[in-house]
Amino acid sequence: MIAELGHMALSVALVVAILQSTLPLWGASRDDTGLMAFARPAALAQFGAIVLAFGALTHAYLVSDFSVLNVATNSHSTKPFIYKLAGVWANHEGSMLLWVLILALFGAAVAAFGGNLPDGLRARTLAVQGMIGVGFLAFMLFTSNPFERLYPAPIDGNGLNPLLQDIGLALHPPMLYLGYVGFSTTFSFAVAALLEGRVDPAWARWVRPWALAAWTALTAGIALGSGWAYYELGWGGWWFWDPVENASFMPWLAGTALLHSAIVVEKRGALKSWTILLALIAFSFSLLGTFLVRSGVLSSVHAFAVDPERGLFILLLLAIAIGGSFLLFAWRAPSMEGGGMFRPVSREGALVLNNLLMSTAAATVLIGTLYPLALESVTGEKVSVGAPYFEATFVPLMIPTVLALGVGPMLAWKRGDLAGALNRLWVAALAAVGIGASVLYLRGAPVGAALGLGLAVWLAVSVVTEWAERVRLFRVSIGQSLSRAVGLPRSAYGMSLAHLGLAVFILGAVGETFFSAEVVRFVRAGDQIGIAGQTVTFEGVTKRQGPNYESDVGTFVLPSGDRLESERRFYPAEGQRTTEAGIRSRPDGDLYAVLGEPAGEKRWTIRLYVKPLVMWLWAGCAIMVLGGLISLADRRLRVGAPGPRRASWQPAHAGVADSD
Amino acid sequence: MRRLLFLVPLAVVIALVGVLAWPILEGRDPRSLPSVLLDKPIPPFELPGLTADGSGLSAGELAGRPLLVNVFASWCAPCRHEIPLMVRLASEGVPIYGIAYKDDPAATQAFLAQLGDPYRGIGVDRDGRIAIEFGVYGVPETYVIDAAGRIRHRHVGAMTEDVARRTLLPLLQELSQ
Repeated sequence: MIAELGHMALSVALVVAILQSTLPLWGASRDDTGLMAFARPAALAQFGAIVLAFGALTHAYLVSDFSVLNVATNSHSTKPFIYKLAGVWANHEGSMLLWVLILALFGAAVAAFGGNLPDGLRARTLAVQGMIGVGFLAFMLFTSNPFERLYPAPIDGNGLNPLLQDIGLALHPPMLYLGYVGFSTTFSFAVAALLEGRVDPAWARWVRPWALAAWTALTAGIALGSGWAYYELGWGGWWFWDPVENASFMPWLAGTALLHSAIVVEKRGALKSWTILLALIAFSFSLLGTFLVRSGVLSSVHAFAVDPERGLFILLLLAIAIGGSFLLFAWRAPSMEGGGMFRPVSREGALVLNNLLMSTAAATVLIGTLYPLALESVTGEKVSVGAPYFEATFVPLMIPTVLALGVGPMLAWKRGDLAGALNRLWVAALAAVGIGASVLYLRGAPVGAALGLGLAVWLAVSVVTEWAERVRLFRVSIGQSLSRAVGLPRSAYGMSLAHLGLAVFILGAVGETFFSAEVVRFVRAGDQIGIAGQTVTFEGVTKRQGPNYESDVGTFVLPSGDRLESERRFYPAEGQRTTEAGIRSRPDGDLYAVLGEPAGEKRWTIRLYVKPLVMWLWAGCAIMVLGGLISLADRRLRVGAPGPRRASWQPAHAGVADSD
Repeated sequence: MRRLLFLVPLAVVIALVGVLAWPILEGRDPRSLPSVLLDKPIPPFELPGLTADGSGLSAGELAGRPLLVNVFASWCAPCRHEIPLMVRLASEGVPIYGIAYKDDPAATQAFLAQLGDPYRGIGVDRDGRIAIEFGVYGVPETYVIDAAGRIRHRHVGAMTEDVARRTLLPLLQELSQ
């Protein structure tokens, strides 16, 4: 019964979405305020209906209602509560439901907080958001209904792929979708601006916080996914350039570019059509990612079940959304240029450089991901593009990016002084060269490692230098510097933290890539294994019973006396095995132990890894996310920014001038 | 001219949609493979070994008895996953030969030193030419070759316990009789 209610709610949402995408648009073209005003309640109602549907599916999972096909194929009564919950979105239909839920959430947020947007812009934005909703709701109802019944209901379900029974994975999709789908808002804004044929100041102020929100969530989502691969897959790696990983990385790159070009639109009124294009591209990459994961045109560890009908439907949606918006762009954007002029060497110039590098990087990843498909379509030949391609193309692009990243924030708007900025960065340059050279000559590290560490140091010291200049550290008294530091806008801290996060991330990546050690051995209980100057003792294997699995637990004793456990789990319901690595994380690096296959009588294959500095990979991402959140907190105080406490910021909006 | 520039993104999208639609419209499954090479003799080839003085792998060595040929690379994550299983199969006497696909021999050596070496012989296919002759489109792939040197079966992706026990080993067994 509840499942039927969910199905009905989803149908209602589709009807509301159809109205939301047509009436306000018609109203906006006739300047009819009544019709335009319909957009807001419609967006809220659509969200409400999808919340109901999502609630209904969640209920089916929690009570293990196996008469619902989706629950029967993906859940099992003995599964722990948290994975029953996560099971809702660990399959194609449920994750699509989460997708439209978040889409409607963003629509509702624009409706709720968009009180100070011009009527026409708001109506058009919500209408476009509604159109995306129509597409995906129709997709769900016609090809991927999560509420389909199964007669007769089985006694128990098939269970969830044990690889997916992990806390990182429970959180990874919601975060990732918040990011992916978050770019729908900037997309809708961009299309609305194209429909209006102009970019008004309200548009510029609105796009950046939404882009920032989406970017922050996407950063967190990708980091969680990479953490899941590292901790759960047991391969000891954190990024494999897998097509699905690339699919989430491309919107991140485009979103990063969008975030930076939106600053130029906001502050200087330049780069309008380019920013609109980036907003379209960022969401197009999100749609492409959705397509790649669900169509089965590429095979990947992450991909959902292959179904050509679904693939074709999403491709059709993708063609309409991207093709339509780009057609509109080609028609309207040429007449929209204008705005502030600037010299190549200036803050704007630096942001343009960032945009060029980010777009090139995104194109590189796109080509690497789709080249095998394209080649096969044209010549019928099958090839594979592996990590070597990405390492040879993507990594070199990041070197100028990081070099420029140190300098960019030091340049003034309109016309910057490159020599002056470089002059002030002498400490950073010295530190970078010093560290790079010393690891190269004193520790005999590879050139790549020296280069990477040098870049990380360069970036970190540059960020600190820029902050020190802003607060005039050591030029005025400490007290004055302190009060300047308190007075700096949060967005400035957001930027510094995000850039610093990248430096920390590079540190972790360099440590993991260049200094890892790995040992694979056959061992018996009591054997000692030497790795990277440490001796680890293998204590042997014991049996253990988990809530829905049985496992062999291998115990390792570290030189410090700490014990590490690695499990080989067997999930009888699914008939699958998984490996749980035993990991001891410390700031200087991880020790990663994996119990492998049994190798005859009382012998086991084990793998040990030492991964220096790997923790900083995720710490760097966390710092970037923190930077995004702090910068978002600033937005609320500013004109036109979204925020739940409208009453309290409305007066401030009238009285306080933009201060940075 | 300027207007044309604004049409570039649209043109890119149209090309992209075409590329993506092709495999679906053709009803192609990325996991299924052209069967043109099936039951055909393996291509004549002669590959160098991992070290300058070590022996490589040639078509001649593969003739005479049924065996498995595994195409792998050190940069490929699923390959890493299937090696321990193959090491175990090799210790049970299953003949497995390896083709190191588009890989640096030093990296391959390090990879095998770490994970174990299940192969009776390895050929280094630096540019991937021989693998293409076999019909490889991604790594890992495993081929069952019969005593007459014909390709009898191809498995795409990492070998699992299931695949080995249900498909590859029974087929080898059948071919040896």
